[in-house]
Amino acid sequence: MSADLSIAMRAETRPRNLIATLWASRAKYLVGALLIVICVVMLLPLVASVLASLKSTTEAAAVPPTYYPHGLSVDSYVRLWDYQAGLQVYVGNSLATAAIAIALTLGLTVTAGYALARFPLPGKEALFVFLLLALIIPYQALLTPIFLMFAQLKLTNSVLGLAIIHTAIQLPFSLYVMRNSFEAVPKDLEEAAVVDGANSLQALVLIYLPSVVPAMVTVALFAFITSWNEFLGALVMMNRQDTFTLPLILSAARTQTSIGGTDWGMLQAGVTISVIPCIAVYLLLQKYYVAGLLSGAVK
Amino acid sequence: MYNNARGRFLGLLYVAPALLFVLLFTAYPFGQMIWVSFNSWSLITPPKFVGTANYTKAFADKQFWTSLQFTLKYTVLITPILMIGGYALALLVAANTPLRRFARAVIFIPVVIGLGASSLLWYWLFSTDYGLINKLLFDLGLLHKPVFWLGVNADISNWAIIVSVIWKVIGFGMLLFVAAIQGIPSEVTEAALVDGASPWQRMTRITLPLTLRTVLLVTLVSVIGSLLAFDQFYIMTAGQPQNLTATSVFYVYLNSFPYLKLGYGAALSLILAGIILLFTLLQLVLSRRSHA
Repeated sequence: MSADLSIAMRAETRPRNLIATLWASRAKYLVGALLIVICVVMLLPLVASVLASLKSTTEAAAVPPTYYPHGLSVDSYVRLWDYQAGLQVYVGNSLATAAIAIALTLGLTVTAGYALARFPLPGKEALFVFLLLALIIPYQALLTPIFLMFAQLKLTNSVLGLAIIHTAIQLPFSLYVMRNSFEAVPKDLEEAAVVDGANSLQALVLIYLPSVVPAMVTVALFAFITSWNEFLGALVMMNRQDTFTLPLILSAARTQTSIGGTDWGMLQAGVTISVIPCIAVYLLLQKYYVAGLLSGAVK
Repeated sequence: MYNNARGRFLGLLYVAPALLFVLLFTAYPFGQMIWVSFNSWSLITPPKFVGTANYTKAFADKQFWTSLQFTLKYTVLITPILMIGGYALALLVAANTPLRRFARAVIFIPVVIGLGASSLLWYWLFSTDYGLINKLLFDLGLLHKPVFWLGVNADISNWAIIVSVIWKVIGFGMLLFVAAIQGIPSEVTEAALVDGASPWQRMTRITLPLTLRTVLLVTLVSVIGSLLAFDQFYIMTAGQPQNLTATSVFYVYLNSFPYLKLGYGAALSLILAGIILLFTLLQLVLSRRSHA
């Protein structure tokens, strides 16, 4: 009886399993194909931009446009190199701003993270919340008063002024990451060092810094991406063209170029150049990027 | 360790630079903004106290409402697409196979590039005569005359910009959703499999409920980002036609800088900051609860 039942069951389940297996393997290929299509769609705009930047001057201005260049040319890059004050000025401004923003962000959040994680601060919770103030006030809303203040301090049209704004934007996230990282370091190491006569600064530099390097990479990486790409703050603060950052000069170039109408080839050369460092650091430091995103974006 | 007066002093010393920075560059400007919002000020003339005039002016200002309405419309349209699309992508790529890892990395690439750069890229793609989108639609036989995507019709411009921003940021939600889905204990999924739950049942009864908190948090982050939209509209439409695509931040910018109505700009900023604050507090409450 029980044997009959099991045979009957097997007879009933076997074809269903077969169909299921067939369906599963077909679904597997379908999903694979779908994923490849999605990847192509995501990459196409970037590829199109790079290809457009390699068209000759006449081809870049053609109506209707061509999908891909019919002859490779670096004319667009040559025009971009000499555009207005010269590409090196704008890339230089962007790099200088990012470098100062990274240094400021690291300097402020390494020390503050150390203090919050390791010292008996009075009103620690309130202090932490105050330091995260920028989380609840969007910087877009603060640009007017900051502009007034910077106008008096002669910090408009200065990479230092812009870097301060970028630091203010990055501070809450970076502080959060640094504090958590300091808290994760075991205390015994530090205690041993202090017993051996190390002061708090030596303990920070010798004991803690080596352990919080990954967090520092994450903080620096996000500070770079934010600063290199930030637009509105730069638009407000930088009014002299020779102080423009890369996004600003490209935005200006979309309407005013030397060859009459919009220079589409040069514009896409600019897009390509501004995109390359971001993608490069992301691919190189993907691990840190994802770690930062998971710990900071959804706190 | 350092549990004494000296420790407190040392701690304050280490936190002082950050504290000073936030006081100077966030708290002080915030206070000043409140003060400026009660004044009429154009930089050239000295500030003049006008009480709540800037606020009453905002409520009567047609462009203020147009901008706010347009920003809300943009937010309401883009958010569900980003969340549902991001979640669908996450379900597709959550398993750790080489192809899926690769797809995750590729879908995430546009997130790391600048919104300015991506807007300039799409400004060209959507260009009426020079852009590849009209060219492609034309070659596919879907179009017979070129479409003016940007700056001519507010709704078409809005949709064009939404397409570009979806491309730019959909990977953000996807990555966080993938992390949440991977965080579901495998026993739960296995138990459901043993009990014969269908893929649809597994998604609606297990995956979705167990990742709901992440979905809510990402939704809030996304809503706040959309309410503060500026770069893509400044670059792709410059607010055209007739400032119909000028978002709230765009209108604050126009008043504060080109027009130099600093008091009015500050009042508008504060109203906007108030709206954002509601969403931020909701986000903080949600993330607090998760730690408890």
